[in-house]
Amino acid sequence: MHELGITRNVVAIASDAAKGRRVLKVTLEVGRLSGVMTEAIRFCFDTVVEGTALDGAELEIREIEGRARCQACGAVYLMPTLFTSCPCGSRDCERIAGEELSIKTIELEEAA
Amino acid sequence: MCGTCGCSSTNKVTITNLESGLTTTLDRGNHDHDHDHDHDHDHDHEHVHEDGTRHSHAHHHHHGHDHDHPHHHDHDGTHEHDGLDHHHHAHDHTHADGTTHSHPHVHGHAHHHTHAHEPATVVALETRLLAKNDALAERNRAWFAGREILALNLVSSPGSGKTTLLERMIRDLGREMPIAVIEGDQATANDSERIHAAGAPCVQVNTGTGCHLEADMIARGLAELKPPVGAMVLIENVGNLVCPALFDLGEQAKVAILSVTEGEDKPLKYPHMFQASRAMLLNKIDLLPHLDFDVEKAIENARSVNPGIAVFRVSARTGEGLQAWYDWIREQAAAVRASPI
Repeated sequence: MHELGITRNVVAIASDAAKGRRVLKVTLEVGRLSGVMTEAIRFCFDTVVEGTALDGAELEIREIEGRARCQACGAVYLMPTLFTSCPCGSRDCERIAGEELSIKTIELEEAA
Repeated sequence: MCGTCGCSSTNKVTITNLESGLTTTLDRGNHDHDHDHDHDHDHDHEHVHEDGTRHSHAHHHHHGHDHDHPHHHDHDGTHEHDGLDHHHHAHDHTHADGTTHSHPHVHGHAHHHTHAHEPATVVALETRLLAKNDALAERNRAWFAGREILALNLVSSPGSGKTTLLERMIRDLGREMPIAVIEGDQATANDSERIHAAGAPCVQVNTGTGCHLEADMIARGLAELKPPVGAMVLIENVGNLVCPALFDLGEQAKVAILSVTEGEDKPLKYPHMFQASRAMLLNKIDLLPHLDFDVEKAIENARSVNPGIAVFRVSARTGEGLQAWYDWIREQAAAVRASPI
């Protein structure tokens, strides 16, 4: 539900940073545990960018796997869901990746 | 509306102060820009239409998929021509409608790109997409801290009994600490009228078609409410277990309310919300004799998503179990008073 708004935030943040230049490419980092569907962002992107500095820009989304460090045994393990327990059985973990939701970089057209 | 949730296209958030009876519209600058863009865009659109409905849409797609990847990295030859053609098309065409814009640049760029391989400028932003809301939420948090106010963000599905719980809390705790309430609903002031009747100052935020509260709405609500030092501010979020999980309001804690008339697997279905919450109230336990709800299973599910979540079994209607919940609130309020600003 919130992906359209999130995509609008992408456009707002990138347009601000572009200061009037055209944005050729936007790279996002979206964790698989962030609660945001990358398909939905892609779906919205072409529509949301129309008429903005991002019109025609390429969208790259780097999806980040969920990872956690087990507080019991110290192992770092993959966490495909928010409630994946450590192979050792413990659920006491610190999530170290997978919740990203940010614009990493934008690529701007060279100033004339 | 809600530029951040996107669940609709209009943006009319209203704030009703139940004390004064006045309703005002929340001006959300960010979103006005969006609207401007939309309008500009309509104009462009007609232009684009003329020389190519075929063009712009079809092209964006080819562009993104066929063209960009090979073009930037591996291939130099045949694909490049493709790309160049596309570019030319795009430019001729933007030219027609966009003299006001910097389209000569666009033109120049295509040339740079293909001939000289001049790299585009890459700007590292490292900006969280919810940065604006997060910044406003931090401001609210500091505002609360400076006034030693405990703020709780109550989240649940519609119909879990949030408003009944609030009415009860106002009656039971109102003499102990001042309580002020921010009510979030898409429409109507029904809930805030109930809160007002229960004796607490209250503002109603109507989000229109938006499905969650955001930090700017809370800031505005606080400006209306002016809760005193040492108060508790209870924020009743829009009934929704999805979007409110992502939006920090500056509260000390989110509290999820799950009524036993719902499924015990809700924490697994909506893990973000139960993970974001510090406490879970299992409400309507007076109805348990009539239901198949498995309390232990529900708690196990919540703990599987969030091992540290505090769980309280309560009935806002009969008052059963509320003392333990109130003790938790007193602990949180004491922690707020004790913490340095």
